[in-house]
Formats: sequence, structure tokens, C-alpha cells
Amino acid sequence: MPDERRITMVTGGPILVEGPVEITLDDGQVVRSDRFVVALCACRRSKTYPFCDTSHRPKHRRGET
Amino acid sequence: MGHLPRPRGPISEGIISALSGGALPSAGVTDPFGEDLQLSLYVCYELHYQGFSGVDSGWEWDPDLLRLRLDLERVFLGALRDGVPGGDDVEAAIDELMTDAPGGVSHFLEDKGELWHLREYVAHRSIYHQKEADPHAWVIPRLTGQAKASVVAVEFDEYGGGQGSAMHSALFCDLMRGLDLDDSYLAWLDDVPAPMLAVVNLMSMFGLHRSLRGALVGHFAAAEITSSPSAARMTRALDRLGVEETVFFTEHVEADAVHEQVMRRDVIGDLLRREPELTADVVFGLQATDLVEGRFAAHLLGAWDAGRTSLREAADAR
Ligand code: FES
Ligand SMILES: [Fe+2]
Ligand SMILES: [Fe+2]
Repeated sequence: MPDERRITMVTGGPILVEGPVEITLDDGQVVRSDRFVVALCACRRSKTYPFCDTSHRPKHRRGET
Repeated sequence: MGHLPRPRGPISEGIISALSGGALPSAGVTDPFGEDLQLSLYVCYELHYQGFSGVDSGWEWDPDLLRLRLDLERVFLGALRDGVPGGDDVEAAIDELMTDAPGGVSHFLEDKGELWHLREYVAHRSIYHQKEADPHAWVIPRLTGQAKASVVAVEFDEYGGGQGSAMHSALFCDLMRGLDLDDSYLAWLDDVPAPMLAVVNLMSMFGLHRSLRGALVGHFAAAEITSSPSAARMTRALDRLGVEETVFFTEHVEADAVHEQVMRRDVIGDLLRREPELTADVVFGLQATDLVEGRFAAHLLGAWDAGRTSLREAADAR
């Protein structure tokens, strides 16, 4: 176990944080996850915010509109 | 432990009768995606998982049966290789899986599925999810370093973080009972047709061969990448149909958003830094998974569009 908590920023995707974590939301609500890595939504599109649910993905195949 | 299934052709007939005391058949020429070959492989592989009641465990390493299995695997593996574009562009192969194009099974279930569709889908999938994560555990000793540690971390999650009742296989059985489906091990094997058997046989084959470890990693990543959005749709399908046992799917929405990232960055990334020569195998695993899942989806939707059951017998989801 390293001393520092490792956080990974995924371009166009979530922020990966080593679990367990406790997250305080804007409205004071506290959510927890004890997963080994937690994916926090950075795009604000997740339906399970603050956790990533892959809604950050582009909607179409490349080349399509 | 399950019961031996009923045969579906000469090869599976020969294997099943050999397991109960007869002589082994030879592989012969057979359809790689057909019922006979797929059931034969499923039975051979099950000897490495839970075995069958009344069948001697020694069959797992019977050289004649292994030789026959290898012949069948060559046919299946050859058809998979012929059926995918291949190449060595991992990112492009992953991009192909990221699309959320409508027309899939979970879209159907979310939009217009009825309870009987949902129960059939769950019955099909039970022949994998009752052993969820098991095929992937076989790759662990074949990996080293971060790739190995990260697969173990994902598997720890799949196995409920050390809690038996939270294993994904256990959550799936909860779902089955919530749908009034028999959740005893392999209860649905006789009812599940070749397209779904092929989905599981692919992972068993990749898992059991060290030479296919790159393909197993590609397959594992493909499963994690496609799971989260489809689990979200399944959650909405269950809500719409008034099914309360949703934990299996809600857990997968959140877990697989994480597993996707870990598989891509820490497993594929690390593996290919160590063994770049496995790149084409990883791509093959990603694409072959898409191929067998696509065949399975086409089978289901074809049957349902015609108003027919997608199961083999009029099983009427017991
Ligand atoms: S970052 Fe993944 S849903 Fe927002
Ligand atoms: Fe899972
Ligand atoms: Fe997963």
C-alpha cells in the first residue's frame, strides 16, 4: 500500500479513486463505496451520480453523426 | 453439480454415453456453431468446473476425451478467427464495443419486453452467470505484475468482496428466484440453444489454454465494457415489469464502469507492455466476444420477433 491515495483522471471519462471512499455531495448527502477502485463521474451525466455509469461515452460509432 | 444434458447429435451423444460408460466417438465434420458441437464442448468444459452428478471426476483429464475436445476446439476456434476482422488495433476494437446502438436485447427488453421475454433471457444467461467469473480466474496464473494484480482485484469484486451472498453468481440466483425460475445449477442447460452455449464455450476455451491468455483478457475487457450500459437498461426493464430483485443489474452498472477502466488501463495496458506480441490475440478476444454475443442477440430477437420462444423446448420458463 503506497502512502498517498492514488487518483487517476481519465480523459473524457471518470476520476478513479482507490476505495473505500466516503463522498459528500453538494446537498450534504453522504455516499460510500468500499470497492477497490471507485469511478467518480466527472461529466455530470451519470444517472447514478456521483458514480460513473458510462454515460460519458460518445453516443455513436466513430464516423456517424 | 448439474445433471448430464440430453444429446443433440452424434458427437454429444457419444460423449454423454461415454461419461456414463460407453465408448468415445470421433469429431468428424461438424458445424462450428451448431448444437452438437457446442453442447459437446459445454459438457467437456463442465468437467473442469463442477462436473456432473454420477460422472467420475477422473474424466476431467481423460486423454481420449481431451483429444476429442481439442478437435472440436480447432473447429470452433477456426470459425471464430474466420468470423472476425482481426488486426492489432486494440483501441479501434474497443471503440467498436463502446457504441450504444439500439437494436440489442437489452434495448428490446427495456422498450417492449414482456415478463416471458425477461425470464427466457435470464434462463439463457444462467448457464454463464451461475459460474460468473470462474472462466476468468483461470488466466490469473498466466499473468504477471500489475495485470495479474488487477485481474485479481476485479475478480475479488466479482466474487462479492469475500462475501458469499454478494458473489455475482449468487446475486444472479437471487434474480432467478425473484422471477420464479429454477436456480439450481445448470437447471436450464437442456433448454439453452447453441448461440448461448457458444458465449460460455468461448470463455472456457480461452480460460483453459495458456496460449489464448491474450484472447481471454480481450474477452474479459469486452464483457466489462459492454456490461454497464446494458445493465442500466435491464434495471429499467425490471422496474417497468415490476420485478423487485434488481441488485444483480444495479451492482453491474456501477461495478463494470470501474472494471472497464481497470481492464483497459491496468490489465490490457500492462499485459501488452510486457508481452506486445499478444496484441493481435487481445484484439481477437475483443472481436470474438462481440461475434458470439451478436449471434446470441440475433437468435433471441429473431425468435421473439416471430413470437416464438428462444429456448429449445417449449420450456415455458419453469
Ligand atoms: S464520467 Fe462516466 S458517467 Fe460521467
Ligand atoms: Fe459481474
Ligand atoms: Fe464486472
